[in-house]
Amino acid sequence: MLATKAIADDLAGAAPIKGRSLWADARARFFRNKAAVAGLFVLVCVAAFALFGPLIATWNYEDIDWTVLGNVAEAGRPSLENGHWFGTDALGRDLFARTAQGTQVSLMVGIVGALISVIVGTFYGAVAGYFGGRIDGVMMRVVDVLMSIPYMFVLILLLVVFGRSMLMLFIGIGLVSWLDMARIARGQTLTLRNKEFVEAAVATGVGPFTIIRRHIVPNLLGVVIVYATLLVPSMIIYESFISFLGLGVQEPLTSWGALINDGAAEMNNGTLWMLLVPLFFFVITLFGFFFVGDGLRDALDPKDR
Amino acid sequence: MLTFILKRLLIAIPVLLILIVGTFVLMYTAPGSPFATERGIPPAVLANLEAQYGLDQPFIVQIWRYIVGIVTEFDFGPSFIYRDQDVNDLIGQGFPVTLTYGVWSFLVAVLVGGTLGILAAVRHNTWLDYLAVGISIGAQVLPNFVLAPILVLVFTLWLGWLPGGGWQGGQWEYVILPVIALSTSFMASIARISRASMLEVLTSNFIRTARAKGLPMRRVIFRHALKPALLPVISYLGPAFVGMITGSVVIDIYFSTGGIGQFFVASALNRDYGVMMGITVLLGALTVLFNLVVDILYAWIDPKIRY
Repeated sequence: MLATKAIADDLAGAAPIKGRSLWADARARFFRNKAAVAGLFVLVCVAAFALFGPLIATWNYEDIDWTVLGNVAEAGRPSLENGHWFGTDALGRDLFARTAQGTQVSLMVGIVGALISVIVGTFYGAVAGYFGGRIDGVMMRVVDVLMSIPYMFVLILLLVVFGRSMLMLFIGIGLVSWLDMARIARGQTLTLRNKEFVEAAVATGVGPFTIIRRHIVPNLLGVVIVYATLLVPSMIIYESFISFLGLGVQEPLTSWGALINDGAAEMNNGTLWMLLVPLFFFVITLFGFFFVGDGLRDALDPKDR
Repeated sequence: MLTFILKRLLIAIPVLLILIVGTFVLMYTAPGSPFATERGIPPAVLANLEAQYGLDQPFIVQIWRYIVGIVTEFDFGPSFIYRDQDVNDLIGQGFPVTLTYGVWSFLVAVLVGGTLGILAAVRHNTWLDYLAVGISIGAQVLPNFVLAPILVLVFTLWLGWLPGGGWQGGQWEYVILPVIALSTSFMASIARISRASMLEVLTSNFIRTARAKGLPMRRVIFRHALKPALLPVISYLGPAFVGMITGSVVIDIYFSTGGIGQFFVASALNRDYGVMMGITVLLGALTVLFNLVVDILYAWIDPKIRY
């Protein structure tokens, strides 16, 4: 009797058991993955560079350093003395400031593109998958049609017809980025639709759009987040591609693609840093996103392991 | 099978129509006339020019003529900038080039990527596997417009082995770098996809059965595992094709190979709408046709698909 009492007292004194949510489990799994954590660290560093780089740079990204102009291969080398830490570009503009500015543009395009795809694609796919039948057929056929169009050409067309601007770039990228997401969300919704909790919601008289919003979409989030992380790099690649062709952001603004293109054009003149600096940031960021994406997939999608 | 092909063809036609109409509407609503110059052009001359190209007609008539021209005569209309050439001439010049390195890149990507992926899966967790995975991860971050300058830097400027541009009627030295630049990232994707699916197939029951009845490993892989393992690769061929067409623009610009992409970007910078529209429609049609072929191939190989 006494013993049971003691145990009961012990139990009362012990901290209440805290349940572990699925998200907490996923977080723990993610942080156990060394490659993913390293990727995350790299991404944080790149983001910090984009945010604070322009503040600590000694030069503005659009100002020409007249003292190096004409002798960029010698005077424009990366050096600590004249403040051009990454050297200058062919026009004598500070590459550190330009890379920081280009990083801002590229990251922004990547993230906005992924956001559009998450919002539009998830909702579109969830609606198609939830209603099924003819609605599903028509909606997914539209996706099929849009997917079989070489959208890069359409995007270039858009940029030429309506003028080059940041907004147009976002619209163009947003137009195509949601297609894959819609397919993935639909596939997941098809299996979720038959789960008991959806049936229960239907039985208690919840409307279809409330079910999609309250019950379907939250359950899609894991897959959606994983895919969105993997989508950011491909958006960055698209933007760089467009900038590489000279159709992206307008000078003096720049982005990774434009910087890589400029650097590649000067390759013959012994100014390799112009190519290597933006290339370095481009490559480590893409690696970062891929590793984080893989880590998230392992963490959030346990059946995939 | 025949009804399946017919059904697919019936879907392809509206896709093409949507593409043509969409492109046309975009061009029609574009601000500014293709003939506008900095100094301005007398209204009478402008009217004459527009009449010559049929731009004074109502929208419906223009688009109808355009579609009829493409469907009946394969005529993509005139170029608004190069007065003596029409879009067909430009396509005729550029297309053989694009086709040459495009086909080579496609073959390299599929054959090398597929072989690498399957070898990696068969030799799971050996150095070969790690090498293949390493290559495919590395190639993910090297899209063609990044790889092209690196290749030129190494093979042209440092080693001096291969020319860094030009075409010269397609001599092999001029084809190698474009093909490597274009095919690498797709090769990596194909290697990754085929490795993953081969690994999955190799652990399935029918493979265990095949091995249990004493078949040699070689025979198990070629006769039993290969076909199902290649299905995901086939469904990736469509997107890969689109990606390669897009990538050809970079190749043309970077290596000055003189393919269609060069005309496309030149026309984009010149606002030569006729050429842009023609190339977009042509490549769109190619994509749709290729996807059709892939669909049919897939249905033919995969017995689970009912048609």
